[in-house]
Amino acid sequence: MQHLLRFLKPYRKELILGPFFKLLEAIFELIVPVVMAKIIDNGIANGDGAYIGKMCGLIVLLGVCGLGFALTCQYFAAKCAFGFGTDLRSAIYRHINTLSHTEIDRFGTSTLINRITADASGAQTAVNMFIRLAVRAPFLIIGSIVMALLIDVKLSLIFLIIAPIVGLLLYFVMNRTIPMYGANQKKLDSIARRTGENLDGMRVIRAFSRQKQEKAEFAQECEDLERSMLAVGKISAVLNPLTFMIMNLGIVAVIWFGGIQIDSGSLSQGDLTAFANYMTQILLAMVVMANLIVILTKGQASALRVHEVLNTPTSMENGQAQPDAQQEEAISFSHVDFAYAGAGDNSLDDITFTLKKGQTLGIIGGTGSGKSTLANLIPRFYDATKGEIRVFGKPVQDYDMHSLRRMIGVVPQKAVLFTGTIAENLRWADENASDAQLQRAMEIAQAADFVGKTQYGMQTHLVQGGRNLSGGQKQRLTIARALAGNPEILILDDSMSALDYATDLALRTALREKCSSMTTIMISQRATSLMGADLILVMDDGRCVGQGTHAQLLETCEEYREIYDSQMQ
Amino acid sequence: MKKTVFRILKYCKPYRGCLIMTMLCTLIGVSLSLLVPILIGEAVDCAVGQGNVNFDGLARIALILAAAVLVSGVFQWISGLFINRLAFGTVKDLRTELTAKLEEVPLRYIDGNARGDMIARVISDIEIISDGLLQGFAQLFTGVVTIVGTLLFMLTINVKITAIVVLMTPISFFVASKITTLSHNSFQRQSALRGEMGGLTEEMIGGQKIVKAFAYEDRAVERFETLNRELGDASLKATFFSSMSNPSTRFVNGLIYAAVGTVGALGAIGVLPWVGVMSVGRLASFLSYSNQYTKPFNEISGVIAELQNAVSCAQRVFEVLDTPSEPDDSHLETLTDCNGTLEFRDVHFSYVPEKPLIHNFSMRAQDGQRIAIVGPTGCGKSTIINLLLRFYEVDSGCITLDGKPTTSLTRDSLRSRFGMVLQETWIFTGTVAENIAYGKPDATREEIERAAKAAYAHGFIKRLPNGYDTVISDTSGLSQGQKQLLCIARIMLTDPPMLILDEATSSIDIRTEQRIQRAFEALMKGKTSFIIAHRLSTIRSADHILVMRDGNIIEQGNHEKLMQQGGFYANLYQSQFAQ
Repeated sequence: MQHLLRFLKPYRKELILGPFFKLLEAIFELIVPVVMAKIIDNGIANGDGAYIGKMCGLIVLLGVCGLGFALTCQYFAAKCAFGFGTDLRSAIYRHINTLSHTEIDRFGTSTLINRITADASGAQTAVNMFIRLAVRAPFLIIGSIVMALLIDVKLSLIFLIIAPIVGLLLYFVMNRTIPMYGANQKKLDSIARRTGENLDGMRVIRAFSRQKQEKAEFAQECEDLERSMLAVGKISAVLNPLTFMIMNLGIVAVIWFGGIQIDSGSLSQGDLTAFANYMTQILLAMVVMANLIVILTKGQASALRVHEVLNTPTSMENGQAQPDAQQEEAISFSHVDFAYAGAGDNSLDDITFTLKKGQTLGIIGGTGSGKSTLANLIPRFYDATKGEIRVFGKPVQDYDMHSLRRMIGVVPQKAVLFTGTIAENLRWADENASDAQLQRAMEIAQAADFVGKTQYGMQTHLVQGGRNLSGGQKQRLTIARALAGNPEILILDDSMSALDYATDLALRTALREKCSSMTTIMISQRATSLMGADLILVMDDGRCVGQGTHAQLLETCEEYREIYDSQMQ
Repeated sequence: MKKTVFRILKYCKPYRGCLIMTMLCTLIGVSLSLLVPILIGEAVDCAVGQGNVNFDGLARIALILAAAVLVSGVFQWISGLFINRLAFGTVKDLRTELTAKLEEVPLRYIDGNARGDMIARVISDIEIISDGLLQGFAQLFTGVVTIVGTLLFMLTINVKITAIVVLMTPISFFVASKITTLSHNSFQRQSALRGEMGGLTEEMIGGQKIVKAFAYEDRAVERFETLNRELGDASLKATFFSSMSNPSTRFVNGLIYAAVGTVGALGAIGVLPWVGVMSVGRLASFLSYSNQYTKPFNEISGVIAELQNAVSCAQRVFEVLDTPSEPDDSHLETLTDCNGTLEFRDVHFSYVPEKPLIHNFSMRAQDGQRIAIVGPTGCGKSTIINLLLRFYEVDSGCITLDGKPTTSLTRDSLRSRFGMVLQETWIFTGTVAENIAYGKPDATREEIERAAKAAYAHGFIKRLPNGYDTVISDTSGLSQGQKQLLCIARIMLTDPPMLILDEATSSIDIRTEQRIQRAFEALMKGKTSFIIAHRLSTIRSADHILVMRDGNIIEQGNHEKLMQQGGFYANLYQSQFAQ
């Protein structure tokens, strides 16, 4: 938790006042029995009705104050905890946005989502409960022990024996059950994963008529989970009854030894009653403490996981330079090697080429040959391990990353759109793009047609990232999204695979005619799509096995010829 | 609400033994624990002062007390075990039934519901039902037993003051219910915002690479923080309002305590003669019991909130369970052998009634023919497959296999005639071998390897850390092309009598695709097959080509004939060679 203390700083006032008011409430609560005793001792003994009335008024007043203090404490606790949680989530999210692709790959999307949702709220709950309980329970334990010691030291020995036994019991049960709860959570996660996979693959499952087996495997997992939940339950079910027994056997001991003391005259009858009450109070408070410890331990684990993210620095230094798109040389690679973090082999090996402004670069090659990796180095999603990449004359590392990326329009292989209207999606690159600009981008991307046919046009709402669109429609919108920012460089990473040939051709023609000054990088499986490129790289297993124009490559590059022939036969 | 509760109770039925035992053990355990204050009081009375201690009585009471405590503890423990059995068992049954239901509902239902929402129903909703059941029921019953028990003890001491206590209890309920309604609204807002926040987080972090590509970080942060602040605000209100219930009921209990004390004390000094005179010791006992009596009301208000939550989660679960399954068809004919003549006759279909997609669609595939479907995206090609395999049912018209309407056959036997490879690959968490053998779980390793070799997947599989035993999942780093190869290997292994290839090779590089084509040729020999592809070279050799547009067949025939026609197909074909 100490790692996240700085997020509590703005709420110092609540953090101190909350427990303070809780303490006041606890004290007031302890006074009530004393007042009642006065009623019995003075009011009844003297037959004084007015005194009884007065004291009852006092009890009601104490109750009102107690209520006020309690509510103040709860309010401060909630304010502090949720303020803390909100700030924490913001900080995590801001930090995630500074991380580079390398760190995002390392954590993985689902981990990051868990950190920002589950773990942040785990830490938040810990803060809330800490304020509400952390002062009250120890106060009651220590207060009771002190009171007991004041009354009789010898009889207090019973407390000093019983309290550690209960402490040990609590420790033992928690120590055993917390890892088991972790294991249960894993089993539950596994059921969640299986459910997701089943929903995704329902067509395949039914095509193979495997529903029965899937049902059986689900049932098996549910039963597994039940079994291990029962196993934890068996251990934790011991806790409350055993505490109850130890506590009350302690009281039996207090009564027996107290009786001996009373007989010898060193203890009064009232003291004995008080002793029994304190015993009850201590043990109740210990149970509360135990629960608090569980919450805090969980909170601590969450805090550590959050800290791990916050403490991960980005592996990329941001530069200062602003782009100057007037340079004639748009992109150049010079002896570039690249290996993914943790991977042994290079994914790119000694890549060198130069592309002039307004030219088109085609990249072709087999699955896993490094085409996308190469394209990812241009907007500096990853840094090259060796060699130099220049964009408009300057090394990519020198640029301010935002300015560099604003200049580059990327259309990723997987068409991902976001919930919102089509227009909102298209304005990702340029927030202030006019409707006319968006319309032009859609026309080039061959998306204007189908968008125009929908009832609401650009205001059509995309459900869950475009589930209501076909694959080809999504691809065309992602292309329009990149074009709407008027980029200097456009990267199309096999982004037309779901388009039919006629649309593909229309799109390429429109790009050539309407965006002639734009430098384009086009990754494709179709040789015909790249035939018109100014430069084509033929990739094979991370190496560039041929580069040149279509005509040159037909002459010199065997791999290229093979691909071309196979498509042209 | 009532109906849902009864329905949850129905799920407890197999565990009614546990339920009865829980109630019995709680009854014994709680009753015995209620004896403790009386016994302690009596014990204190045995030790009056110096030299005036009744050790015989004290020993007797101490023994009884110890026995009561031990027996009560054991029964509390047993009741805990039984309630675990009841709750976990019920939850297991419910979850098993729900997951089984997912395998039975029509695909239209699965396609129409958000994936995350369905997972939430299987996981968190059922967890909440379990918590509500387990904690809710245990506390409720213990609370009721405590209330009844203390009430009995109080009645034995003084009937009239007991009446005062009972008359004041509605205040407690009133306050609790006021707070519940107050916090209910904030809780609803909180959970709505939490859902929205979850959606945004998942989308933005899931698409983090795109966020970075578009330098969208600042705007993403802004959107996140706006929502985050709203959520923080709503959570604060919800938590504060709900945390009011404990101090407030405690306050009401304090009032009751004060009233009992006053009336009792005034009665004792004779100011209120109707109360009757009570000894000091009895007043003290009464106060102790009245305190115990009001405590469960505190808990019950919390339990009711928990139960309400559980009920609304249960409603979400039952909603899925109430979705009609695909009708039982075990009485229909099981297709064992067929020659593969397929016919669509006047088929009409639409996903949403207001948008007709397929109208008046008719076609005939002879046994062993290779049918290719071509057309622009969104023209209904994949829908034909949905209808053929009865993932969706036709609105009107009829599809026949060997002259038999497909609706007269069992769905399983119909589907098992077809081998299907879709553009959207499906890899589940498991070993490579398990993934390949999905359609034929008893396949030997040799068969699996042979299939993988036929699909040209053997090479990359061998390079995986544990070869065929490497555990893979959809997100484990296989490329889209590699996943497609595995899906093709699945079909190579089952060798089905008919084939459906929907963009099966769209992500595979051309050289590999060439080789796979050859393997498909061998596989398709003599079989009726349907091919959907963009690459027209794949389609050229088909016996019959259907050109679709906007849900209609606009041209059909073989390649040569269609090229001669010079229509839509010829145009499409030419465009692939244009630069």
